[in-house]
Amino acid sequence: MTEIALARLAGGMEPPAAGVMEEMRQALEDVFAARVRVAEVRVRVPEASLDGARGQYSAPLVLKALLEGTAGMGEKVLGVTSEDLFIPMLSFVYGQAQLGGRGGVVSLARLKQEYYGLPGDGELLAARARKEAVHEAGHLFGLVHCEQPECAMRLSTNIRQLDLKGDALCLGCAALAMEHGR
Amino acid sequence: MKMNWQILVVDDEEIMCESMAAWLREDGYAVDTASSGREAIEMARRQDYAIYFVDLKMPGGIDGIETLMEVRRIRPEAAIIIITAYATVDTAISAMKEGAQEYIVKPCNPEEISLLVSRIIKVKNLQRENAILRKKLAKQYQFHDIISKNARMQEILTLCQEVASLRSTVMIRGESGTGKELVARAVHFSGDRAQKPFVAVSCAALAETLLESELFGYEKGAFTGAAERKKGKFELADGGTIFLDEIGDISPKLQADLLRVRHERSFDRLGGSEEVKVDVRVIAATHKDLRAAVEDGHFREDLFYRLNVIEVQLPPLRERREDIPLLAGHFLDRISREVGKEVAAISDGAMRILLDHDWPGNVRELENAMERAIVASKEGVLGEEDFRFLQGNGSGRQFRAPAAMTLAEMEKLMIEATLRRTGGNIKEAAASLGIDRSTLYEKLKKFGIER
Repeated sequence: MTEIALARLAGGMEPPAAGVMEEMRQALEDVFAARVRVAEVRVRVPEASLDGARGQYSAPLVLKALLEGTAGMGEKVLGVTSEDLFIPMLSFVYGQAQLGGRGGVVSLARLKQEYYGLPGDGELLAARARKEAVHEAGHLFGLVHCEQPECAMRLSTNIRQLDLKGDALCLGCAALAMEHGR
Repeated sequence: MKMNWQILVVDDEEIMCESMAAWLREDGYAVDTASSGREAIEMARRQDYAIYFVDLKMPGGIDGIETLMEVRRIRPEAAIIIITAYATVDTAISAMKEGAQEYIVKPCNPEEISLLVSRIIKVKNLQRENAILRKKLAKQYQFHDIISKNARMQEILTLCQEVASLRSTVMIRGESGTGKELVARAVHFSGDRAQKPFVAVSCAALAETLLESELFGYEKGAFTGAAERKKGKFELADGGTIFLDEIGDISPKLQADLLRVRHERSFDRLGGSEEVKVDVRVIAATHKDLRAAVEDGHFREDLFYRLNVIEVQLPPLRERREDIPLLAGHFLDRISREVGKEVAAISDGAMRILLDHDWPGNVRELENAMERAIVASKEGVLGEEDFRFLQGNGSGRQFRAPAAMTLAEMEKLMIEATLRRTGGNIKEAAASLGIDRSTLYEKLKKFGIER
């Protein structure tokens, strides 16, 4: 059984709420039949990873710090942050993961209704967080984007697309993830 | 489908390169990175990428635009996307002028990049599919190595199929290089004699006595040097087909011998007295006007009618110009493989030259021209300069006005020739002549031309 450490990222950043972390843990357990535990990880993100002008953290740098800070902790590690993430080429990313690798990060910033100037909605945030956790973990299991509308591996580049898909894998992706986990 | 497409990200900043590559890999693409224009050009030489993301500003000599130009030269098919931190109209214009597919300003919306990439890949998939379908289509136009979409050629090929299993003699007429032997082979190999031999003899190449012994064979001691009995081509072709090329060139004596073979299906070997029985289908070919030769008394009338049972008249290449691109493409594929050169295409300008040339030597001349161009070419695409030799030697389309001919007579001849070429198709003829259908009808009436 694969072990996934779900790292709640803190250290200069606002840590995500415990309730959301539990939702994500449950989703990963359901989908990947993995042993998932939540760990508090104080990641010392380098100052350079915060782009002052953009008000965002660099996803590759946060991921690098996460991998360094969690060496020996679980086969796979998925960091969760409340901060908004970016890669230099793109205006933002919901998350980023090493394809078939050890580590990935998920940002909750743009999953919150408040980001879009709307009243908060805990249930919606939990649903979105589950999808994103499964999506990025799917990449860790070697999955690439899927064309199936329902599949969590479908690419979403905006919040509407994220809301349209499900938090489970389609049969094809599930089979591939099992292959990889073995 | 996605897995087949490779992407190259070019940027001097490692984090920029790597994060973009990681993002695209999540989408299922195979992505490589290059940290300079020079490296990107090297990689483009080794590997065919579908999309290049190239940063505009890179230190170290070669900037984004120069990289773009060089990659475009090596890989004209590639889609190149120029990335810049701040848009300036000048650079955007020069990037697009040099053939960039897109010009994007970073940071870019993920949705925009995702749509852009899938749009390009969609086109690439269509192009690939199109290339496959084209290949299939080319095969459809192909009948036993004869490649044509010309209406008259198609009629001829249908006729060949219809008569393939008959025993009747076929007379193929056409200028040299129009593919008379290919048609003969097509008739033979699509009929029920296909498993039996096909023997080709060029009657023009041999002296009379030599041709006679070639065709009918000889007995031991028939003449000085006849040390063994030798079978002739007619015997070798027993059960199959004999192809007599340049039949118009044979002597009266051989004409008489051939008439006997046709008539009695038997002959004597040279110096022999034993009658040899054969079952051979004769296909004859000539570039001469045999009817005129009959009138002049150079060719036996009875033999002519014996041979001319099914008549096939092959059009010269200049009357089936629509086949030139098809044939040129076929020769390009074949010859470049044979000579081991990677020549992938013919430029539009070069094709123009091929289409304009009059091809007195017909398909064979086109084949030779393609071989010469491919062997001499330095680039992956054949350009106008590769076919200069066609224009230089005077065999090009140099118009000579016929003496004592009026413009009206000329017009009539032109219309008649065009209608012959289109097989009487008015719409096609009008389009080819560059006039309306109604104008063409008027002219047909005026000149009294029958369709």
